[in-house]
Amino acid sequence: MRLPGDINLEFALAVWWRNVTVYRHTWVKNILPNFFEPLLYLVGMGVGLGYYMSSGIEGDDYLAFIGPGLFASAAMNGAVFETTYNMFVKMYFAKLYDAFLCTPAQIKDIAFGELMWAVTRSLIYGFGFFVVLAALTFAGYPILKSPLAILLIPASALIGMTFGLIGQLFTASIRNIDLYSYFYTLFITPMFLFSGIFFPTNRFPYGDEVAFFTPLYHGVRVCRALASGVWTNDATISTIWMVVVCAVLLAIVPGRMKPRSSR
Amino acid sequence: MSDVVVRASQLRRVYGDFVAVDGIDFEIQRGEFFGFLGPNGAGKTTTMRMLYRASSLDGGNLEILGFDASTSANDRQIKAKVGVVPQDDNLDQEMSVFENLDVFARFYGYSRAERAKRVEAMIEFADLQTKRNDLVERLSGGMKRRLMVARGLLGAPELIVLDEPSTGLDPRARQRIWEKLAELRRQKTTVILTTHYMDEAERLCDRIAIMNEGKIVALDTPTKLIADHVPASVVEIRLGYDQDVAVADALIGQAIRSEVLKDRVLLYTDDPAPLVAQAAEIEGALALARRSTLDDVFLKITGHGLGDE
Repeated sequence: MRLPGDINLEFALAVWWRNVTVYRHTWVKNILPNFFEPLLYLVGMGVGLGYYMSSGIEGDDYLAFIGPGLFASAAMNGAVFETTYNMFVKMYFAKLYDAFLCTPAQIKDIAFGELMWAVTRSLIYGFGFFVVLAALTFAGYPILKSPLAILLIPASALIGMTFGLIGQLFTASIRNIDLYSYFYTLFITPMFLFSGIFFPTNRFPYGDEVAFFTPLYHGVRVCRALASGVWTNDATISTIWMVVVCAVLLAIVPGRMKPRSSR
Repeated sequence: MSDVVVRASQLRRVYGDFVAVDGIDFEIQRGEFFGFLGPNGAGKTTTMRMLYRASSLDGGNLEILGFDASTSANDRQIKAKVGVVPQDDNLDQEMSVFENLDVFARFYGYSRAERAKRVEAMIEFADLQTKRNDLVERLSGGMKRRLMVARGLLGAPELIVLDEPSTGLDPRARQRIWEKLAELRRQKTTVILTTHYMDEAERLCDRIAIMNEGKIVALDTPTKLIADHVPASVVEIRLGYDQDVAVADALIGQAIRSEVLKDRVLLYTDDPAPLVAQAAEIEGALALARRSTLDDVFLKITGHGLGDE
């Protein structure tokens, strides 16, 4: 089956299946950190720091405030790591793409297969985080306040798609693995801090306006609306924002990918 | 369908100011076992990469299995019918033998049942039945190379391109690879390969193109290459350490052609016996007569041996 942009879905699925196969070897070892990480953040920041914030934030308990935001960042991390470091290593050092390219596959099929895998990783992270949030809710910390919260799972896929594509765009543009440190310290970390996960974006002048142009802000807004059960116009705008960005990047990124290996 | 599988004319590829392939012409017939022979840097790998569509052309025309390969437009159709065994080991180290083949078989449009059958057939071809669930990183060099060949054959290709399939293997592993290649030859698969090993090339290849500095300097059957370029026999005089080549001067005049190398003198002749007898009298040197090989052809054409760079 051909997708727009002459992407062969069977070939993309074969690349996706390669990643599933490798993940199946190690999932027992890999799955636990997916639960630890959210738990540590939620307990450390939400319960620990939250204790000193008796008034909460925006009428919410601090733990309930940061829970959905951290969910969005977990979905981001799951995808973006796959399409940056992991993709670079597979392409450049393992020469895996050279091997795929010896089959009828083209680089765009491979890029799309890797993207599907990045989304899968976001779903796995998202699911782990969701389980922790649900457990805390049942334990008496009301984080997920509505059945709408189940839609956090598909939301993690949309966030994963957005960040998977952004990671690929960067990977397509660099020739040296060290350059990822710029991507992480100048793009991912500031977003993590200033997208409204830990405090409202309007804490700083023009904080809202600047954050509007960054993707994590929209992921956080959507996740917060789903967890609280109060779907707002802002949440609709943020969903559309991510869908549009995905559509634009999907049209650009797979075709921009260049096969490179360390020969 | 035409019997010409590959038709290349004035094929050219440039990297910066280095001309890797400098306007070469060749045609390869269906069922032929065709070898590219030459030292490192001669342009063999670049030629192979153009054939398996990993490199674009900077000039000339290339037709593969009836498809125009001068641009990348038909790459998918071409690659569906061309099996590739690249020079670098790019097996997936994180997967088992079976998984490597199972994943790569998914690119050839097989049904689930056909795929399972093809994968089993290839595990058997590579003699890796007992290793099927072992991770690739645990295989020996020879096993890895056989798996590379098996992976290249997954799509039941009409043409298979192998870039130095036996380089870097120990003699026994190399022998086994060449046995596998001989099997392909018996099945009349069209095979194109590159190698440094002239003895093997001579034994298996129907025709050989000798490459040097980006050009094809000779192209023919191994027998004709030898017959056309050098006399049938060589008397090789291996000199002792610090012995001057001048000790063989008297014999050089009696040969049809000679090559004076650093540590030995090669005397080409149709009648080796008298030369061997005389050479045996040179103290400290070892003389032996042998049949002329492609190495001698190469030496004559390029002025240096295959091993020299």
